[in-house]
Amino acid sequence: MIGYTLNRLLQAIPVLFLVSLFAFGIIYLIPGDAATVIGGPTATAADLEQIRRNLGLDQPFHVQILTFYTNLFQGDLGRSLLLGIPVTEALIQRSPITVGIAIYSLAITIVFGLITGIVAALNHNKWLDQAATLFALVGVSLPNFWLALVMIVIFSVYLGWLPTGGYVPFTEDPVGWLRTTTMPAVALALLQAGLLTRITRSTMLEVLGQDYIRTARAKGLSEWQVIGQHALANVMMPVVTVMGLILSVLLSGSIIIETIFGVPGIGALMGNAIMSRDYPMVQGGLFFITAALLLLNIVIDVLYTWLDPRIRVKGGD
Amino acid sequence: MAAPDMLDTVGERPGALARVRAGAAPFLRNRAFVTGAVLFGFIVFATAATPLLTDAAPNELSIRDRFQPPSLQFLLGTDNLGRDMLARVLYGARLSLGIGLSVVLINALLGVALGALAGYYSRLDDILMRIADALMAFPAVLLAIGIAAALGPSAVTAVVALSVVYVPRTARVVRSSVLVVRELDFVQAARAGGATDLRILRRHVLPNCLAPLIVQLSFVFAYAVLSEAVLSFLGLGAPPTVPSWGILISEGRAYLREAPWLTIVPGIAIAITALGLNLLGDGLRDVLDPRMKVEQG
Repeated sequence: MIGYTLNRLLQAIPVLFLVSLFAFGIIYLIPGDAATVIGGPTATAADLEQIRRNLGLDQPFHVQILTFYTNLFQGDLGRSLLLGIPVTEALIQRSPITVGIAIYSLAITIVFGLITGIVAALNHNKWLDQAATLFALVGVSLPNFWLALVMIVIFSVYLGWLPTGGYVPFTEDPVGWLRTTTMPAVALALLQAGLLTRITRSTMLEVLGQDYIRTARAKGLSEWQVIGQHALANVMMPVVTVMGLILSVLLSGSIIIETIFGVPGIGALMGNAIMSRDYPMVQGGLFFITAALLLLNIVIDVLYTWLDPRIRVKGGD
Repeated sequence: MAAPDMLDTVGERPGALARVRAGAAPFLRNRAFVTGAVLFGFIVFATAATPLLTDAAPNELSIRDRFQPPSLQFLLGTDNLGRDMLARVLYGARLSLGIGLSVVLINALLGVALGALAGYYSRLDDILMRIADALMAFPAVLLAIGIAAALGPSAVTAVVALSVVYVPRTARVVRSSVLVVRELDFVQAARAGGATDLRILRRHVLPNCLAPLIVQLSFVFAYAVLSEAVLSFLGLGAPPTVPSWGILISEGRAYLREAPWLTIVPGIAIAITALGLNLLGDGLRDVLDPRMKVEQG
């Protein structure tokens, strides 16, 4: 178990290195002179010089990359041009908000995805199954920011139930938090819920055909025990495997969703950085989010091996 | 020379037709495929036949008619400058689908080339797949946004950014089928017969990897249309003078209260396209490759 965990961590190092290299390289994709692009049309020669010096663009390439990695190992991702504070600090400050919404959204995804998937499988080829399958497909085909805007039209403009945006910290006012985070969380959850419905449905169909389900039924267990205990435990496994993908879609979706709802999390931070050409923030955010996801994926993999004895016996590979 | 050729075609004609019909049957029996084909076909038709469907120009101003809700005169209403939304959505399709199609073509070319190289030459496999792993470690939309933010807003930017995101995924699909096919007996036979690597790849390996590739490309098309909308919405796609669906949604956002149709209509266009392509992909997968279960983002 510990060996497996270490192994996965070691495997992540080259990936993490390449990820950081790509994040570093983004600034070289800027066509022409990066300082001119960042400074905009009103920048004077002195401004441009200042920008170059701040970003280290006046240094030779090998010094730039060396500085980048020296700083990276000290947890320094540079300084935001827009906010004037270190990128790491901004990201850490805003993280709790995004994590809170992500957990909320994840809960919606899991409850909804599991229920629709199981209901669909139990009513295989009946209309409930087709309705759930259709929901799943529509879920992965709708742009989530569009859904967010439509929800604003319905629930804020017409019904007036929820505010169009803003954010209230949970610690200050839990009800206010729910009122401001429900629409972002639902908008983010839709796509993944569709994904999860499809996976739960196909796994459940597979599980229902297994011998142990027949045995459970044969020995006279109630349908509730058969489905709720014997089947569900096995359906949970694939759910764990898609968790990494779900989290990745959640975090990238938060850029646009937080921007729309004015939630001051990491997503809105990135959205603002993109619109105001705050490249250190974009690079840093890209690396930070991806690195966090890589680590989360390792945690998920380890959890998976721990949960499923079949993999553990094989030595976890 | 001509005579036997003609004889051949004449002799084969009914046979060929019957073969096409027999080949099409499993597709026509697949409900997902048919529904997807109808939905996507509808969008493609509307895009191709735009001048027949509306006389209005997408950028024609008419201040008197601003904020008209959908009516018989303006089927999809008008925007803040009195521009006809039907025309804007139809002309917007050209850009949205054009970007999607470009991404698909680049995926087909580069994805096949890199996937075949990685699958066929184990020495290249390691390095190519490490790079693919790293690119795929980024959340898809996030990477596209990062690249587009650096390149600056344009339609080409959107194509490049989305290609960087999806080519590694397509290459992986191609690679995994090449890995299987290259071990099969007929490939060994071709090699024993002295065929060059290029010939083996082109004539023997790649044709047998087509099914998963086609399925993958239909999903890439759907993702590309959806992601293009995200990029445009963030101001990273084509400039706003050319209305793509994403730009239409972001323009409509300012008038959510007084004219919600400005936002709703282009989103429905995106949804029909993506739903059609997803259904097509599902149908193709069921028919072409029933063993393949794809769940990817």
